[in-house]
Amino acid sequence: MMAQWLTNVDWLEIGRACGDTLVMVGVSLFFVVLLGLPLGIALFLTGKRQLLEQPLVYAVLSFVVNLLRSVPFVILLIVMIPVTVVLVGTSLGVPGAIPPLVVGGAPLFARLVEAALREVDRGIVEATQAMGATVPQIVFGALLPEALPGILAGVTVTSITLVSYAAMSGVIGGGGLGDLAIRFGYQRFQTDVMVITVALLVVLVQLLQMLGDRLVLRFSRR
Amino acid sequence: MIEFDGVRKTYRVRGQEILALEVERLTIERGEVFGIVGHSGAGKSTLLRLVNLLERPSQGRVVVEGEDVTCLAPAQLRAFRRRIGMIFQHFNLLSSKTVAENVAFPLKIAGTESRAAIAARVEELLALVGLSEHADKYPAQLSGGQKQRVGIARALACRPSILLSDEATSALDPQTTRSVLQLLSDINRRLGLTIVLVTHEMDAVRRVCDRVAVMDGGRVVETGPVSEVFLHPRHPTTREFVLESEHVDTEEFQESLQQAAGRVVRLTFKGASTYRPLLGEVVRRCGVDFSILAGRIDHIKDVPYGQLTLSFVGGDVEAALRAFTEAGVDVEVLR
Repeated sequence: MMAQWLTNVDWLEIGRACGDTLVMVGVSLFFVVLLGLPLGIALFLTGKRQLLEQPLVYAVLSFVVNLLRSVPFVILLIVMIPVTVVLVGTSLGVPGAIPPLVVGGAPLFARLVEAALREVDRGIVEATQAMGATVPQIVFGALLPEALPGILAGVTVTSITLVSYAAMSGVIGGGGLGDLAIRFGYQRFQTDVMVITVALLVVLVQLLQMLGDRLVLRFSRR
Repeated sequence: MIEFDGVRKTYRVRGQEILALEVERLTIERGEVFGIVGHSGAGKSTLLRLVNLLERPSQGRVVVEGEDVTCLAPAQLRAFRRRIGMIFQHFNLLSSKTVAENVAFPLKIAGTESRAAIAARVEELLALVGLSEHADKYPAQLSGGQKQRVGIARALACRPSILLSDEATSALDPQTTRSVLQLLSDINRRLGLTIVLVTHEMDAVRRVCDRVAVMDGGRVVETGPVSEVFLHPRHPTTREFVLESEHVDTEEFQESLQQAAGRVVRLTFKGASTYRPLLGEVVRRCGVDFSILAGRIDHIKDVPYGQLTLSFVGGDVEAALRAFTEAGVDVEVLR
């Protein structure tokens, strides 16, 4: 009865799509953290009443971040096509999806990092300053270790957002589970494929959240 | 030695200049425990933060051990700050680091000692504050008093010559407060460290300080040796603090003064005279009678003192008062 209902499902194809989604999310998450972490630190440090208060720099950074975050991801996918071609040589498949995922995810992650750093008690910064620490020593020695649980929670939220963005990239031929859902589930009315891909995405998100929660707990000392 | 010279700190709030602190002249001697007391908002924490330039004065000079700190370049300022330890009301320990890592942190920042030397120093410091067996715990696993001990060990890590204490006992219960103050007192004696102690508790000042400055509205209103300021407060704010620390209700006290007969006198015994049977002796000799209206016997740092408010009736009261004065007792006639 199960086999009858799932006639359209090619398990090999599903497996490959799963792998593609994981690669897209994994690789883009790596670059999102690589770009978003320094951006978040810069936002925090140049903010009002912070260590390197720079109202103009903060205003510019903040504007760019808001701008990128206000463009709907489907539009960003399309707008990014020429840039993607320059960066990775194609706008299709797994590689073609990664640049828009990074550009879509990094500003979100930067804001989450900024918020996590703001949660650190000002007294800790003051105490570290009183020890004669430089700004890099304060950031790497005190702020980042203290904000680590918050930053890890931010990585979790961002990775889940990237899963849904990665699925959306199927619209422009991005590959992965989203691509499968659109090409088979939507365009060919293969409801069973649609259900399976959505179910797999649900499982993936649940797993990511569980993993993230564990990491946050592991590094919380409060 | 720490000198404040014509120091002013102002803030601009919506175009308006607000004066937060104005100290014409204040000197803290090397090796003393100096208290700064005042209500919240009196400017005492701001004054303390001028010493290591966590706050920059708008005007004037702050000279620490011969150096005008307001003129230091950034790198010099960082080196200078390493010579000053600081402890805080809310401890400000890093929750992500163990006790040992917290104490090692300033040494790592200084970057002048090897890993082995840092480990040895941390062990020594934890022994000093009595926390050796808690080295691998995280701050969240400690009690308030233990956290402040970690704070003290951390503040002493770079062998500072000055320790700044910003309401360090205000978040602790009375018993823990006493043990932390005792520790500070020991450190002052053993290491010859200058301690500047900001507090709103006159009791903390009485226990450990040599001299005290009383602040009100951003100004120092009274300063002097603790015994002097504590036993003979002149400024209304100081009087308020002293009475508060004794849990005396001012109105009730005035009422009992009204009802007393004869001459009302306050006698202050200090040091050795505290234990002499002076009162009975003088009273017998001059044939006066007395009743006790108020009294306390306690210590200021290590000096015992007694202060009695008495009403004298009959006999030769004037001769009795002279006899007390001759015996080295402070006599104040209240009525």
